[in-house]
Amino acid sequence: MADAALTQASEGPQRIDDSPGASATGVKDAIFHGLCFTAAMVLMATLLGLLISLAVGGWPAFSHFGLQFFTSSEWNPSGTEDHPEFYGAAGPIVGTLITALVAMVIALPLAIGIAVFLVEFCPKSIERWVAIAVELLAGIPSIVYGMWGLFVLAPWFEEHVMTPLRLIAADHPGSFADHLMTGASSGSNIFTASIILAIMVLPFIATVFRELLLSVPSHVREASYGMGCTPFEVVSSIMLPYIRKSAVGAAMLGLGRALGETMAVTFIIGNSHAFPKGVFDSGSTIASTIANEFAEATGDLHTSALIALGLVLFVITFVVLAAARLLLGQEKH
Amino acid sequence: MATTENSPANTLPGRTVDRYARRKVINYIFIALTSVATAIAITALVMILYSLVAKGFSGLNLTVFTVDTPAGGEDLGSGGLRNAIVGSLLMCAMGMVLALAIGIMAGTWLAEYGDGNKLATAVRFLNDVLLSAPSILIGLFAYELFVVPFHGGSAIAGAIALAIVTTPVVTRTTEDILRLQSNQLREAGVALGAGKGLVIRSIIWRASRTGLVTGGLLGFARMSGETAPLLFTTAGNQFFSMNVTQPIASLPYTIANFALSADDNWRRLAWVASLLIAIAVLSANIIGRQLARGSQHK
Repeated sequence: MADAALTQASEGPQRIDDSPGASATGVKDAIFHGLCFTAAMVLMATLLGLLISLAVGGWPAFSHFGLQFFTSSEWNPSGTEDHPEFYGAAGPIVGTLITALVAMVIALPLAIGIAVFLVEFCPKSIERWVAIAVELLAGIPSIVYGMWGLFVLAPWFEEHVMTPLRLIAADHPGSFADHLMTGASSGSNIFTASIILAIMVLPFIATVFRELLLSVPSHVREASYGMGCTPFEVVSSIMLPYIRKSAVGAAMLGLGRALGETMAVTFIIGNSHAFPKGVFDSGSTIASTIANEFAEATGDLHTSALIALGLVLFVITFVVLAAARLLLGQEKH
Repeated sequence: MATTENSPANTLPGRTVDRYARRKVINYIFIALTSVATAIAITALVMILYSLVAKGFSGLNLTVFTVDTPAGGEDLGSGGLRNAIVGSLLMCAMGMVLALAIGIMAGTWLAEYGDGNKLATAVRFLNDVLLSAPSILIGLFAYELFVVPFHGGSAIAGAIALAIVTTPVVTRTTEDILRLQSNQLREAGVALGAGKGLVIRSIIWRASRTGLVTGGLLGFARMSGETAPLLFTTAGNQFFSMNVTQPIASLPYTIANFALSADDNWRRLAWVASLLIAIAVLSANIIGRQLARGSQHK
């Protein structure tokens, strides 16, 4: 009986209604699934394509200069007969690392402070406004930060910080101020670029820190308050250690952003390719060098050297961002 | 440590008060420091917005919207940004269409089809990396792919570069939003006889409408301020153009060119353009976040 029913079903169409029914829906669903899958693959192919195009474009420069590309700080695009063009990227690479690190040194304590303030001490009535302010700070585009840095921050810094320091340095040769002012140029320098970078990454790190602090289970917090801890002790010995690992991830996420930031830094860093002599010296980063020179690159080797720089930046940020994601786990932004 | 804690010297009333006072003082200093940190961030925001408004509004007039970018050396107050505004809008519109199409589909695949799939884990990870990848590198990539073969920048190349910057944002928010929908919705749809794809299209997407709009707005906010990807791909244009295969002007590109010049009129327009971009980006951000907040509280 069961056999008969099966054969009957497989022999002919036994459908009761004439609607397109399951099979047509199945085809549509399969197409939909295929489209979604394709979109995801396009995304993956984009990142791989990015990597491949940078590697292919940068290869001539890598093979031509070898290790010197990383160790030399001579950047000479205008080649002559007895002085051929040469590209050594030590200046921009070191500039990138220094600006990003100084920015993190400034931004991290501030970010922790803001996050703790918002979670522990902020009066409810202003909490929302502070949160909106932090979001706005994160939303301001890079180029607007650049405009502000170029026309407001750099002149101010030149007048109110560097000029007094220069006077002190002239009066006391060999003093701390003198060392600080070694190689100092104008208000557009590595340090002011780092300040701008710090303001830019600050809201991102602070937001993640805040989410992490809020994720600390309330019974852990309340238990330590119940022990008689002051808020400082609760934060410093219970909550911060609790989120330690993810907090490092959040910081590295900020570092990744600072390393690749382009327009703001290009506007304010002073753009010199020499190895920076001091923290107030003008310098360049990988991103600012590419932004400045790529459109006007003269020869194939120049273009290739700039793309090779791009590959170096990609590798550095990829490592930092990948580490950040692993530390943060997949859920967190 | 334990022995000193219990030693009689420490339990004397004077010592306890001493230590309590010290802890209290440290705590007050800590609260003060965190307040100062917050104050610094807010001060920075206020100063930046003040400069923008002061320098941007003073240069703003009607000709900004009706006249194209001027040549260098013209009188202060002449010339406008019409070609740049239109160019930015055109490229953002094209870029958004691309980014929304790919981003929503890819996000849907990750959320609905990707569970327990190693490939999906890889895509999710790479998407996160692309999300924070330096945008200047995306500009280089778009240059190699769409400018070199066609011998020159174009609005299409710029739009694609912008789309690559924005797609990861849309993908990420789409996945997050779809995951918020309860499984009962999906089960109810399947129980009615709908296939998985139909359930996603007509139930899950519809239920997450607000969230998807938020994702789009946040993507737009990211996209409209981006400058670096446009530097090499659009080639800039002093004149009005709607031709997508030709070089085109845009607000960020104009700022990058004008700000670093010594021409006062150009600098004025750079501030005006910064103000316009900031208004667009910040309002998209605020509206997007308000929408997100509203849908969470429902």
